[in-house]
Formats: sequence, structure tokens, C-alpha cells
Amino acid sequence: MTITARKGDPMIIIATVTVFFMLGAAVSIFFFKDLMNAVVASSLVSLTATVLFFLLQAPDVAMAEAAIGVALVTGIFVIAIRRTERFEK
Amino acid sequence: MNIVTISFLSIICLGLFLSFIRMLRGPTPPDRAVAVDTMTTMIVATLVLIGFVLERYVYLDVALVYSLISFVGLVALARFLEKGF
Amino acid sequence: MYYLGLVVTGVGVLFLCLGGLGLFRFPDVYNRVQAGTKCTTLGAFCTILGVGITQPGWFWKTLIIALFILATNPISSHSLGRAAYKSGTELAEESVVDMAGEFDDYSEEG
Repeated sequence: MTITARKGDPMIIIATVTVFFMLGAAVSIFFFKDLMNAVVASSLVSLTATVLFFLLQAPDVAMAEAAIGVALVTGIFVIAIRRTERFEK
Repeated sequence: MNIVTISFLSIICLGLFLSFIRMLRGPTPPDRAVAVDTMTTMIVATLVLIGFVLERYVYLDVALVYSLISFVGLVALARFLEKGF
Repeated sequence: MYYLGLVVTGVGVLFLCLGGLGLFRFPDVYNRVQAGTKCTTLGAFCTILGVGITQPGWFWKTLIIALFILATNPISSHSLGRAAYKSGTELAEESVVDMAGEFDDYSEEG
């Protein structure tokens, strides 16, 4: 993973920490039995994806990811869980 | 990017790590939602700080849009938690 | 002016870290809401405004972002706490008083 920051290398450390946050949130979705927790954790995954797009110097993609990932996906999943059932068997 | 901004980002990262542990451990869904709300505010501050480090004026727009959008999403989530099943 | 901005940013960053520590240590949802909204609102306000002081051409846009966070962060935290109370989350064992439970109409819909 090469990040071409203008002021040198330490952006790679921030990107590595962000990737670990993203992996932890994404793995924790798998273990949640309550689907509301899974929706909250998927919101966290898109939050860290926004920071990664930001570090890769693509602010427009980061804006689109913020709009879609946080508001739209959360709202649609919440409505879908409300129509069906909440707890996984 | 000098030692001052590196230490600022490290201190914010420590707070992010503590609230991330609360997101993993929190017993109820409102605990996790509160942890994600806190992480959202921290990350808006982090985006402004990274924009300051990279010296790009355009990057402030992302922080503005992100704070606006996450407010809408969290209020929708809270309304859903309030109504119950 | 540059060092003043760095000092304000450092104060804000410390408050953000203390907010994370309070979120980790407190025993209850409501205590966590209190730690997570007060510390991070002041912390983000000071951080963003400190960046605006450091770079003088950026001041108005950072002021807009800081005022927006100052307006919206308490609202979302309040609605989350209200949702936690209405969905029946228990208080901690150390809690002394539950004044919202004394109102009859608070537990109803609305």
C-alpha cells in the first residue's frame, strides 16, 4: 500500500491504524447476534473507509462514501430490520 | 509534518482506540451507538487535522459534509431505537 | 499566532482523549453519553478552531464547521440517550435517583 503524501511517510502509520480499526469492526459484524449491533458496526466500517479515501487524496470519493455509507445504508438496513426480525437465531 | 502534529494524531488515536474497545464490548445497542457517535466527532476533528498537515484547503469540505451526514444517520438510528419492536 | 493555534489544538486533542477514556471507564449508558458528548464537543471545537487560528486563511470555514458541531452534537447525543431510556436500558447499580421515571407521560409514545 503506497500512499503518496506530500510531507513524507508518517501517513502510512495512520493508514495502518485505520485499516486495523476497519478490520476489527468488519470481523465483529460476524459475531453479533443482535442485528442492530451489526448495523452500528457497519456504520463504523464506512467511517474508516472515509478516512482511508481521505488519506489516499480522493476527497470527492470520501464525500460520496460518507453520504452513502453512513446515512443511506444505515437508514435502509434499519428499515429492513424493522420490517423483518431483529435477532439472529 | 513535525513532531507536534504526530503527537496530536497519536493522542486522538488513543481516544479512538478506547472508544473502539467500548464499541466491541458494550452490552446494549445504545452503548455501541454512543461509541460510534463519539468516534464520529473524533474523526471529524482528525480530518481537519490531516487537512492541516497536508495543507489542502479543499479537505475541509469533507469534514463539513461528514458531520452533516452522520448527524442525519444517527438521528434516524436513535428514532428507530426509541420506537422499539 | 502560529503557536497560539497549536496550544488551542493541543487542548482540544487532550479533551478528545479524555472523552474516549470516560467512554471506556464509566459504568452506564447515561454516564457514557455524558462523557461522550461533553468532552468531544469541547475537544472538536477547540481542535478545529485551533487549526483555523494556525492557518489564518482558513478561519471562516473552520468556524462554520466548529459551530455546526457545537449545534448538532448535543442534539444527536440527547436523542440517543432518550432512545436508550425509552427502550428500557437499566441504570447502573451505583445510581441514586431516577427522576425521569417519576413522570408518567415520559414512558409513553411521543
